[in-house]
Amino acid sequence: MATVMARGLRKTFRVADKQPGLAGTLRHLVHRRWRSVQAVREVSFSIEAGEVVGFLGPNGAGKTTTLKLLSGLIHPSGGELAVAGHRPFRRERAFLESITLVMGQKQQLIWDLPPLDSLRVNAAVYGIPEREARRRIAELAEMLELGEELTRPVRKLSLGQRMKAELMAALLHRPQMLFLDEPTLGLDINAQARVRQFLADYNRRTGATVLLTSHYMADITALCPRVLLIHEGRLFHDGALAELSERLAPWRQVRLELARPLSAAQLAPYGEIEALEGCEVRLAIPRERLTATITRLLAQLPVLDLEVSDPPIEELIGRLFRQGSLEPAPR
Amino acid sequence: MAMPVAPVLRYLRTLRRFWGTALATQLEYQLNALIELLAMAGNLAGSLLLLWLFHRQGVALGGWSWNAVLVVLGAYTFLDGLTSTLLRPNLSRIVNHVQEGTLDFVLLKPIDSQFWLSLRTISPAGLPEMGLGVVLMLWAARRELGALPPAPLLAAAVLLLAAAVILYALWFVLAATSIWFVKTWNATEVLRAALTAGRYPVSAYPAGLRLLFTLVLPVAFLTTVPAEALLGRLTPLTALTSLLLACGALVISRAFWAFALRFYTSASS
Repeated sequence: MATVMARGLRKTFRVADKQPGLAGTLRHLVHRRWRSVQAVREVSFSIEAGEVVGFLGPNGAGKTTTLKLLSGLIHPSGGELAVAGHRPFRRERAFLESITLVMGQKQQLIWDLPPLDSLRVNAAVYGIPEREARRRIAELAEMLELGEELTRPVRKLSLGQRMKAELMAALLHRPQMLFLDEPTLGLDINAQARVRQFLADYNRRTGATVLLTSHYMADITALCPRVLLIHEGRLFHDGALAELSERLAPWRQVRLELARPLSAAQLAPYGEIEALEGCEVRLAIPRERLTATITRLLAQLPVLDLEVSDPPIEELIGRLFRQGSLEPAPR
Repeated sequence: MAMPVAPVLRYLRTLRRFWGTALATQLEYQLNALIELLAMAGNLAGSLLLLWLFHRQGVALGGWSWNAVLVVLGAYTFLDGLTSTLLRPNLSRIVNHVQEGTLDFVLLKPIDSQFWLSLRTISPAGLPEMGLGVVLMLWAARRELGALPPAPLLAAAVLLLAAAVILYALWFVLAATSIWFVKTWNATEVLRAALTAGRYPVSAYPAGLRLLFTLVLPVAFLTTVPAEALLGRLTPLTALTSLLLACGALVISRAFWAFALRFYTSASS
């Protein structure tokens, strides 16, 4: 049975339309003009219990708004929404006890106290008996490899340690539904990998449903067999990550360091030029021609250094939308 | 109580953790705690000095004897202490929660959000002022009446509680408007100024202000009514009005909060 059911979900915000400068401010004061922003428009999807689903989309696409609708923080402007058998915005106790929201940009831990204090507050709030809370804290601490950090003031922890402690605070009540908004934001590669590993373990061990947004493609590839691609509030793609990669992967990024600067005209035959600055060049090259093109590059141009990588997810998606190669998923 | 036992216990346990962490946070900064302590002592000394100055003049206000005025002043001191202990530390944070979007975390907890926002922290520096207020009320009432019978004592305690509830509810409603006007235009300062007007018996003010303080801003119910109760001068009608007002204010504050939350858009990340 689907644990998340969204049908025609909409959210419209009313924002003040204000011109810059003093004149604009005065005009705004006297005569307020409002503009409607459709953050989420007619989005429909369903998610089965235990699934791990990634939300993709450029900044401002409506990912966070969708997560906030799902977790019950904001009222939908229209459409139907059911999460774990509840209507989220009613915020019934049973619903709140079964979900959690982790936001990479906001923290719930008490800044001046050790994480353990915040964890005890949460244990009391969720009505977890003391002994049980101690057991869960020990278990989560082991999974996340946290030890004496739990008794050090949060302000003295590294970003990675803090995010792990945030995860502990968010998972102490054993939610069945995890909403994660940029959980690896700002973490170094190692910390990102550990958080990812933990989330995968947690999903396997508890069968919890996980919905996550991330700027890091690695998070999505490692965790999410299925992705929802959202752009300008609409659902553009709902399906296996493999399907999406086929559309995204045709492009690889090739960085070149040249011995002497070359003109755009000289570089154009090899691929699409993404950046050209003196001797530094970044090309986008179709995957099926990658090996051949690199051979030609090395043979024909004064290449000092060459690096092939997956372009950042934002860029890939941006390119995709610029090309308009995706149609809204049929529903 | 109609409530089942378990939730009550859960709220009590939560409150213990709330205040435990609040104290621990304040002690984290030793110098700050020391300054708070000094400020509290200074505040207390100031209040006492003011009282003594009044006492030397021995004025009577609005037909109240000096000792009766002191009872009112005691009620004011108690409520002012309550303001420093609970109302200001908690309710002035609501606007920050809205601005920074951390209200999200409060709203997602399976606990009453109004409870959380109203009692999350405590500033013990205001406790001595509350104590002073009670002592002053009792001492002055005893001097006025020569004895303290239990019935007025009980009535005064209940009505002082009602006064605290009224003050809290007004303050909370003002703080809740920060959902719309993210800056709360310092409306709470107006409320605090109004409370200051409650230092003296309402009858000491001109008729126009008296009406204002009774009907618009319930200053009369904050200080004068509990003092009258302690002095055994209270009519049952006034007492009942005060209790109904407290209940009504609390109910309205809850309804208003539920209404305000419909407009919460959650500051974006």
